[in-house]
Amino acid sequence: MATKWKAALCWLALAAAGFGLINVLIGVGVIDTFIENMLVTIGINIILATGLNLIIGFSGQFSLGHAGFMALGAYATAIITSAMPTVGGFYLSVAVGIAIAMVVAVIIGIPTLRLRGDYLAIATMGAAEIIRVILNNLKITNGAAGMFNIPALAGWPTVYVMVCLTTLMIVNFARSRAGRAIQAIREDEIAAEASGIDPTKWKLAAFVMGAATAAIGGSLDAVYIQTIAPGNFGIMNSIAILIIVVLGGVGSMTGTFMAAAVLGVLDTVLQSFGALRMVIYALALIAIMVFKPSGLLGRYEVSIRAWLDRKGVNNAASNSNRAE
Amino acid sequence: MQTFLQQVINGLSLGSIYALLALGYTMVYGIIKLINFAHGDIYMIGAFWGYYVINTYHVNFFVALISAMIISALLGMLIEVLAYRPLRHSPRITALITAIGVSYFLENGMSFLFGADTRDFPQAVAQHNYHVLGITVSNIQVLILVTAVVLMIGLQLIVQKTKMGTAMRAVAVDPEAAALVGIDPNHIISFTFGLGSALAGAAGVLIGLYYNSIDPLMGMTPGIKAFVAAVVGGIGSIPGAAIGGFVIGLLETGVQAIGLSAYKDAAVYIVLIVILVILPSGLLGKNVKEKV
Repeated sequence: MATKWKAALCWLALAAAGFGLINVLIGVGVIDTFIENMLVTIGINIILATGLNLIIGFSGQFSLGHAGFMALGAYATAIITSAMPTVGGFYLSVAVGIAIAMVVAVIIGIPTLRLRGDYLAIATMGAAEIIRVILNNLKITNGAAGMFNIPALAGWPTVYVMVCLTTLMIVNFARSRAGRAIQAIREDEIAAEASGIDPTKWKLAAFVMGAATAAIGGSLDAVYIQTIAPGNFGIMNSIAILIIVVLGGVGSMTGTFMAAAVLGVLDTVLQSFGALRMVIYALALIAIMVFKPSGLLGRYEVSIRAWLDRKGVNNAASNSNRAE
Repeated sequence: MQTFLQQVINGLSLGSIYALLALGYTMVYGIIKLINFAHGDIYMIGAFWGYYVINTYHVNFFVALISAMIISALLGMLIEVLAYRPLRHSPRITALITAIGVSYFLENGMSFLFGADTRDFPQAVAQHNYHVLGITVSNIQVLILVTAVVLMIGLQLIVQKTKMGTAMRAVAVDPEAAALVGIDPNHIISFTFGLGSALAGAAGVLIGLYYNSIDPLMGMTPGIKAFVAAVVGGIGSIPGAAIGGFVIGLLETGVQAIGLSAYKDAAVYIVLIVILVILPSGLLGKNVKEKV
C-alpha cells in the first residue's frame, strides 16, 4: 500500500479515536459542560485560524478582515435557521453562508489584493468594518441588538467533524498545485509571475478559500452560542484570530491547532482571575512574542507521511544491510 | 452655507485630534515599519493624566497639556525599550502582535486599577461661544485647532531643521547606512517614539476638554481611525498624516451632518479603500518601485 494511503488511514484512525475519546470522557463525567464549552470554542477557533493561516502563512497576504467573513456565515445561519429550525436548514445555511462569503471575498479581493503588506491589512480591515456597519443597520439582521434564540442545531460532534473536514480541505489545498503556486508567490511574486503563475488569480483563490472556512466557523458559532450581534465581529475579533495564527507560527497548521488549544485553556483557567484576566493574557502574549518571535512551532508540521517515509527508508536501509 | 461652515469648524476640531494621533503612527511606521497599535492607548493615558493633575493639583490647562506630553513621551519610550526593541530583527507580524499585547495591557491595566467607568473630564477652560457670521465657534474648538497647528509646525521644524530630525530622516531611509555615519538607530527610534507619544498625549488632553468624558477604552476607535488617516495621507509622510487627519475628521462630521451617522465609520473605510486602490501609497506617500 502506498505511504500516501497509509498516512491518510492513520489520520482517519486518529480522528476517529479522538472522537471516541471525547465521547467516553463525557460519558464518565471527566468532561463537564464547562470543558465541553471550552473544547467547542477551541474547535471553532481552529476552523477560523486555519483559514486565516492559509491566507497569511501560505499565500503571504496580510488580511485583517477575517471576522467580517465569519459574520456573513453567522448571519446566514441565524436568518435561515430562524425560518427553518431543522438540521437540514442548518446545513443549507452553512452552504449559503459559504457562498455569500466567497462572493464577497471575490468582490473585496479583486481591488485590494493588488496592495501589499500592511496596506492590504488595513484595506481588508476596512472591508470587514464595512460589512459590520451594514449588518448593524439592516432590518433583517435586527440591527445593533443582534439576533438571539438561534436554534441549537450543532453540538460538539458537528463542530468536531467540521474541524476535521475544514482542516483536511485546507491542508490538501496547501499541498496541491494551488498551494505550491501561492507559496511561490509568497516567496517571490515577480519570480512566480515569471514562471507563469498568475499572482492575482492564486492569491484570490487562497483568500476566497479562507473566507469560506471563516463562514463555516461563523455558522457554527451562531448555532452554538445562539446569540450573535454585529459587535462580536469587529476588528478586535479579527485580531483575536490573527493572534492564534501568529502565536502558533505563521505557516504551520499544527502550530495553529496548538495555539488555539493553548489560548482556549489559558482563557478558561484565567476566568477565575476576574478583572486581572485580560492583563495576564496581555502579558503572556507579549512574553511569548518577545521570547519566541517565530511563534510556538515556527513552520514545523506534524506529518505522518513524512514519518512513515523515514521509517520506510530506515527499514529499507536495514534490509539492505542484512542482505550484505 | 452656515450649516456647511459650522460642520467644517466641527470637522476641523475632530480632524486636528486625528491628525495629532496620525503623526505618531506615521513617524513610527516610517522608521521601523510597525503599526503601533498601542498608540491610541497612549492617547488614553495622556487624557487620564490630564484628568488626574487638573483634579488633584488644580493646575491650569497648559501645565496639564505639557505634563501629559512629557508623561506620554516617557511611557512611549519605555514601551519601545521593553516590548519592541527585543523584536527589532524579528518578523514584522510578531512586533505587530506585541503591539496589540501592549494595547490590551494598557487598556485592561487602566480598567483594573482605576475602574472601567466613564469619567467627566474637568472643565479646565471655561467654555465661551463666539458667534461669527451665524456660526458658533467655541473657544475650546479654537484652542484645539491652534494647539494642534502649533504642535504640527513645531514637529515639522524638529524633523526638518534640527540635527535630531535629520538623523530621524536618515534612519527612516536606511538604518544601516545611518549607523555607518555614526547615528545610533536605537537612540533615534526612542526619540521618535517619544515625539509621537507626546503628540498623542496632547491629543488625549484636548479630546478630554472637547468631549468632557474619558474612559480606559477611549483610545481604540480613534487609534484605528488615526491610523487610517495616516494611510490615507501616505504613511511615512508628516504633512500627509496631518492632511489625512483633517480629511477623516471632515468626512466623519460631513456624513453625520447629512443624517447618515450610522454609516460614518463605513464612509471612512470606503474612502480608505478607494484611495488605496487609486493611489496605493496614499495621497502624499512615495511610490516605491519594486526592483527585480
